[in-house]
This record gives sequence, C-alpha cells and structure tokens, in this order.
Amino acid sequence: MSGLRRREALWCYVFITPAVLGVLLFAIGPMIASFALSFTSYDMLSSPEFVGLKNYSKLVGDTLFRKSLQVTMLYAVVVVPGTLVMGLVVAILLNAKTPAMAFFRSAYYLPSVIGGVAVARVWAMLYNGDHGLFNLLLGLVGIQGPGWLTDEHWAIWALIFMGIWGFGGTMLIYLAGLQSIPNELYEAAAVDGASKLRQHIFITVPMLSNVTFFNLVMGIIGALQVFAEPFVLTNGTGNPNNSTLLLPLYLYRVAFDYLEMGYASAIAWVVFAITLVLTALVFRSLPFWVHTEAGAD
Amino acid sequence: MAGGEKRDGGLRLTKAEVTVRITLLSLGCFLVLLPVAWTILTSLKTGEQTLEVPPVWIFPPQWKNYLEVLRLVPFQNYALNTAIVVTGVVVGTLLSCSFSAYGFARLRAPGRNVIFGVLMATMMLPSTVTLVPTYIVFNKIGWLNTYLPLIVPAWFGSAFFIFMFRQFYQSIPRELEEAARIDGAGYLRIWWSIFLPLSMPVIATVVVFTFVGTYNDFFGPLIYLTDESKWTISVALSSFGGSPRIGPQLHMLSAATMIAAAPSIIVFLLAQRYYVNGISVAGVNK
Repeated sequence: MSGLRRREALWCYVFITPAVLGVLLFAIGPMIASFALSFTSYDMLSSPEFVGLKNYSKLVGDTLFRKSLQVTMLYAVVVVPGTLVMGLVVAILLNAKTPAMAFFRSAYYLPSVIGGVAVARVWAMLYNGDHGLFNLLLGLVGIQGPGWLTDEHWAIWALIFMGIWGFGGTMLIYLAGLQSIPNELYEAAAVDGASKLRQHIFITVPMLSNVTFFNLVMGIIGALQVFAEPFVLTNGTGNPNNSTLLLPLYLYRVAFDYLEMGYASAIAWVVFAITLVLTALVFRSLPFWVHTEAGAD
Repeated sequence: MAGGEKRDGGLRLTKAEVTVRITLLSLGCFLVLLPVAWTILTSLKTGEQTLEVPPVWIFPPQWKNYLEVLRLVPFQNYALNTAIVVTGVVVGTLLSCSFSAYGFARLRAPGRNVIFGVLMATMMLPSTVTLVPTYIVFNKIGWLNTYLPLIVPAWFGSAFFIFMFRQFYQSIPRELEEAARIDGAGYLRIWWSIFLPLSMPVIATVVVFTFVGTYNDFFGPLIYLTDESKWTISVALSSFGGSPRIGPQLHMLSAATMIAAAPSIIVFLLAQRYYVNGISVAGVNK
C-alpha cells in the first residue's frame, strides 16, 4: 500500500470510529451479553449465577409467556397485513397530480407522528365504555358496544385498531414506490382493455413487491416491539386477564418489576429468534412473489 | 382491492376520477382524524359536558383548561427535561452520523464495506435484545436518573441516518474535494467545511426524524428516569391517568394530551417536505 493510500485508510478508520464503537457498545456487545445472561439467574443485587438452560425450560412451562406469545402473534398477524393494505389503498388514491393530495397526504400521516403515549391517551377516551365516542356511535345504530378495555376478548382488538391507525409511514413508502412505476405500463394495459382493478392487480401490486417486502419486514420487527400503547392503556398491567400483555410488556415486567434479568434475557432472545425466523421466511419466499431484481439487495 | 377502480399512474386523471378520489379520501380523512378531533373537542369542554350523553357538539370553548393543566402539573419542568434530551440526541446524531458517513462514502480502507454491512444489519436488531445488558451497565456506572443513557448512545451513530448521509455524500462531485485537497485541506476540513454544509437537506431530515423520535420515546425515559423531577413529557403524560389532579377529569386529560402531542405535530407540519423525503429514501433504496 502506498503512503497516500495508507493515510487515506487511516483517516477512513478515524471517521468510521463512532459508528464502529456504536455497533460494538450498543449492538453486538449487549447482544452477546444478553445471550450469556440468558443462561444465568441474576437479580442485579448478587452476582449472576450460571443455571444452564433453566431459563429456557422455564419458558416452556410459563403459561403467562405462552399467553403473551399468543397475544403478540394475534396482534402482529392482524396489524401487519392491515397496515399494508391500508397503506397501499390510500397511497393508490393519493397518487394523482392534484393539489389536494398534499393535504390528504399530511392528514393521513399525522397520526404516525403522535407518540405512543399520547396515542394511547387519545384512544383510551374513545374506548371508554360509558361515554367514549365509539360506544356512543354504536349506540346511535342500536348496538350495545363492548367494554373495549375491560372485556378480555375486545381489549386486544382495541390495541389492534390503534396499531393500524399508524399506517402513515407504510403509505408514504408505497406512495414513493408508486411514483416510480412508469406510466406507459398502465397506458399499454388500458389500450389492451384491462380494467382499472385488473391494472392494479397485475401492474401495481407486482411492481411494488419490493416495497411490500420492505414494509413487511419492518412491520414485523415493529409489531414485536409495541410497548407504550399497552403500557399506558392498562397502567402497565396487560389486563384484563393478561389479554393485552404483548411480549415487550411482559419482558418489562420480568426485568423491572421482578428484577429477573436472566429470565428477561431469555425472553428477549426468544423474541429475537421469532423475528429472525419470520424475516427469514419472508426472505425465503421472495422468489415466489417479488418482481424484478429487487430481491438481490 | 377495495377502492382500486381509478388511476392513471399519478397523472392525467379525468375530472370525474379526481372527484371520486377526493370524496373517498375526504371520508377516510374524517375517520382518521376523528380521534384527534374528538380529543381537541373534549379538551375544550367543561367537566360536566364531557360526560353528557348524547355528546354536546357546540359549546363555548374553555381555553382555560389548558392554562389549568399547566398550573396543575409542572409541565415547564417536563418540557425543559425533554428539551435537554432532544437537543443532546439531535446534535449527537447529526455529528456522529455525518462524520462516519464521510468515511464510508469517500475514503477507502480494507474492511470498510464489511463494517458498513454489519452496521446496516443492526437496523434489524430489535431493541429488546440489547435492553437488559445496556440497562445493567448504565445502572452499574451510576447513570440511572441522569439523561446520559438517553443521550450518549446517539453520539455513536445510527445506521439509518448514516445510510442517508452516505447516499448524499456519494452524489457530491469529487472535483469539489480535489480542489480543496490541492489547496491543502485535510479530510477533517473537507468534511466540516464542504460536505457538512452541502448536506443541508439530509440534515433537515435527520433533525426532524430524530426530534420526533426522541420526543415521543417512552421506554428509555421510563426505565432510566425514576425521579419525577427528571421526567420527560411522555413519561409524565403516561402518569397522568393515575394522577388525582388530572386523571379522572376527561377535559383535563385531553388538554394535557394535546399539549404533549403538539410539538411533534407542529414540527411535522412545518417540515413535511423533509419527512416525506426521508421516508421515501427508506423505502425505495432498500
């Protein structure tokens, strides 16, 4: 290596040092530590004690964990596709060169900039069984609304509707994708007599498959990290009957209420493993549904 | 798919098509904004009006509810705490991300691309995995109840923003840099006085994103700030439900919620352009 090249390389390392340290200190390091901790029993007062696979075997028999897992899966299975569909439909409607669209774009995105705590506060008032807006509206058409936050069958749906309300980010990403589809494709299809609906099914959806892929992966990761909303709606309990105990909330409780740091780490790794498996499944399914070379990235 | 009947790739819509779209979008818009509108309405009612069935729609607005909330809880305190955290995070993110991005975009060194790949992979790492050890370490070094655990990590870069800066830096013509090199400028000077000033659009996007993200963050402040005098707005707002001063009174709670939500809404409305840019970069370049 010449002196000039060596000097450049040296400076390169200087510049990327913050990022490298960040990855080591706040990603890889804690990740390894958390994996190691998951084989210990540690309450932060005495030193960690190695317990082998005990935390993981405890997880298998932990009914609360199983419940939490079920609730989280239901949440993700509805919210992720729900967000994708809402995001795509609104983006298609917004994709027109009319001044009004800028207004609508902002209006639909607005809920996504409101923080989780405020979102939960807003919706808690709507869900109120006696004088919340939803039950008032249902009452107008003669339906006795459920106790959204007090009935264990409805509480998770209360969270799900709130989750889908935040489809703004997905919508914006779809909108950017739509604007990169060449108009000629639609014109050619129209000449061939394809209806608008068929144009969307056979042009829009395939052309956006790489965007859908991105939204899907990010959606899965996001859905497994929802914390503020159930925490605020239920005062940190995950009630009624643990029906809103999403995994991050359960993890919070184990770590910070019971101070079982080893067990909490095991839960974190199971959640991580689930995320990885789901993401890997999406990746593996790529050749079947993602159009063009986008999958290579 | 529902509502998929009319389009023309974003161009040349007939008048009828535009009308249909605007009608559908207005309806949806009404539904989407209803929760916020209802909260604003509630925040302007009197205590008795909030409980009336059917709800009252027209009433003299009680603007004093907002002043009352500010009097009942030390909002100024929470706002100041939040401002400290947000400022620390925004400045740290900007400096560390643009700094590292210059190295990744412009300087060649063995292993650089591998490191960049690892950095990008951390974007997919759920924060729950790193949470417990990070908390334990911050606790052991006595950072609990300080803003350091919330601010310091931001000074070590963040994958997504480094990616954005790098994309932008790669588009800057090399001649600019070479001219500066001939004039004897070192890499530090080139980064600070050429690349950083040129990247204003990226800086704006990063500031807006980081502001809203940090302002809204709940989990971090919740676990690290145990003392009420240190609370940020989001933690304070989460506690109001159980607060005897505000909790059971819907109009007070609504006013507090709107005060807490206002800063991120205002920043979004003022800086939408950068918001939309940033999100588009996220989706399309992936």
